[in-house]
Amino acid sequence: MDLEDVYRRHGAEALATLIRLVGDFDLAEEGLQEAFAAAAIAWKSEPPANPRAWLVTVGRRRALDQLRRRIAFRNRQDVLTAEAAIDRQAAPEEADEAVAAFGDDDLLRLIFTCCHPALSLEAQVALTLRTVCQLPTDAVARAFLVSEETMAQRLVRAKAKIRAAGIPYETPPPERLAERIDGVLAAIYLVYTEGYAGDPARSLAAEAIGLARRLDALLAGRGAIQGLLALLLLTEARRAARYDAGGDLVLLEDQDRARWDAGMIAEGLALVAPALTADTPPSPYAVQAAIAALHDQAAAPADTDWRQIVGLYAVLMRLAPSPVIELNHAAALSFVDGPQAALLRIEALAARGQLAGYDALPAARADLLRRLARADEARAAYAEALALARHEPERRFFRRRLAELS
Amino acid sequence: MQYLLLIYSAESDDANQDGAKMMADYGVFTQGIVQSGNFKSADRLRPVADATTVRVRDGKTLTTDGPFAETREQLGGYYLIEAKNLDEAIGIAAKVPTAKHGSIEVRPIFAM
Repeated sequence: MDLEDVYRRHGAEALATLIRLVGDFDLAEEGLQEAFAAAAIAWKSEPPANPRAWLVTVGRRRALDQLRRRIAFRNRQDVLTAEAAIDRQAAPEEADEAVAAFGDDDLLRLIFTCCHPALSLEAQVALTLRTVCQLPTDAVARAFLVSEETMAQRLVRAKAKIRAAGIPYETPPPERLAERIDGVLAAIYLVYTEGYAGDPARSLAAEAIGLARRLDALLAGRGAIQGLLALLLLTEARRAARYDAGGDLVLLEDQDRARWDAGMIAEGLALVAPALTADTPPSPYAVQAAIAALHDQAAAPADTDWRQIVGLYAVLMRLAPSPVIELNHAAALSFVDGPQAALLRIEALAARGQLAGYDALPAARADLLRRLARADEARAAYAEALALARHEPERRFFRRRLAELS
Repeated sequence: MQYLLLIYSAESDDANQDGAKMMADYGVFTQGIVQSGNFKSADRLRPVADATTVRVRDGKTLTTDGPFAETREQLGGYYLIEAKNLDEAIGIAAKVPTAKHGSIEVRPIFAM
C-alpha cells in the first residue's frame, strides 16, 4: 500500500473537515500531520475501510490535545475560555463517520477560503496548492521559482490573515457564488499557466486540471467551471506535441497532431457545448474553450477554421476585453485577412504600451514581419522577445528563429 | 469581530458629488446598520487642510501642517462596526456611499 497515495487522496478532505471542527488552519494541519504519523504505524497492514474518517477522528483528538497544551502556557482566564471553546467544538457527539461524510462540503469551504479575494492571488494559489492539493511546501516553492523559506512565509502570512481578518470558513451565499467562483477559477487558471510554460514535470498542470474537475463535480452545471475545465483539457491535450525530443518548443502549425491526447480532447469537447449554453452571455472561459476546440478538431493546420476563431475572439473582446485577447485576436486575424492587417493592429496595441514587458507581443510582431519577409525588423522583434522571455524553451525558440533569419 | 471601515476619497471628487444626496445616502446607510446591530460608532473628518501631523524625534516634538502623507485619496471618515466575519464586513463596506467614487479600507480591530 502506498501511504503517500492515501495521504494525497484523503488528506485534503480530512484537513477540510478538521478545519471546520477545530476552527483553525494551523491547528487542523498539526492534527492532520500527527494523524498521518499515527497512520504510518497503525496502517502497517492495510488502511481502514474509511481512511478519511480515521484521519479526521485521530486528527481532531490530536488537535484538541495540542490546543490544551498551548493553553497550559497561558493564564487561568484563558484556560476557562478556551476549555469552553473546546467543549463547544467537541460537544455534539456526532459519529465520526457522519463527521467525515461532510467531506465534500468541507472541501468546497476550504477551496473558497483559500481563494478568498481578501488574499492576494499569489497567496491564494500557494494556499490552494498546499492545502487542497496537499503539495509539499518545497514543491510549491519550486513551481513558483522562490525559496522554500519565502513560500513558507507566504503561507504563514496568508493563514494569519485568515485568522486575524475573520475570513469565514464558508461556501459563499447564492448571490455571491458566481463572482466567488470566478475568483477560484482565476487561481486555478494561474496554477495552470505557471505549469504550462514553467514546469516541464507538468505536475502543476495536472493539479490545475484536478482542481477544475473537483470543482465541476462539487458545483455541477456551472458554465464557467465547465468552460475552464474544457479549456485546460483542450490545451493540455497538445502538450506531448508542444516540445520536441530535445525539449524545444514546437509551434501549433508544426506539431505532430497524432501525438495529441485524444482522450483529453474528447473529454474537453464534450464540455464545450454545455459550457457555452449554461449562461447568457457565456463565460469567457467557455469561449476560450471553443477556440481551443477548433484548433484541436483540425486534422491539419490548413483545416483550421480561422474565420470562426476570429469571430470567437471578437465575442471574447466584448465579454472580457484585455490586451492579451486583443493580441490573440490579431494573430488569428493574420490567417484570414493576412499578416499586414494583423501587423497594423499589433502595432496599435504596442503603441498603447499596455503589454510592455510581455514577450508574446514582440514575438507575435516578429512572426508577422517574418511572414512579410521583412527580415531585419523581424530579427529586431525576436531579439526583443528573447530579452523578455521568462522560460528556457521560449528563449531557445526565439534564438532558433534569429538564427534562421540571419 | 470588530472592523474599522476607513473611508478614503479624493477631496476634489467629494466636491463633485451632489452634497445633499450624499448626506441623505449616508443617513440611510447609517440608519440601516444601526437597525441591523452592526453599528458601533462613526465620524466624519474635517478636510486635510485642517490636519496637523505630529512626530517626536530625539525627544523633540515636530509639528507639520497637513496629513502624514500627501496622497490623492485621503481619510475622510470612519465607521466602527461589529460583523460576524470579513464577508459581512465587506458587504457593509460596499454599501458606504463613498465606495462608489472612493475606497473603503476594512481593518479588523486587534482583540484585546
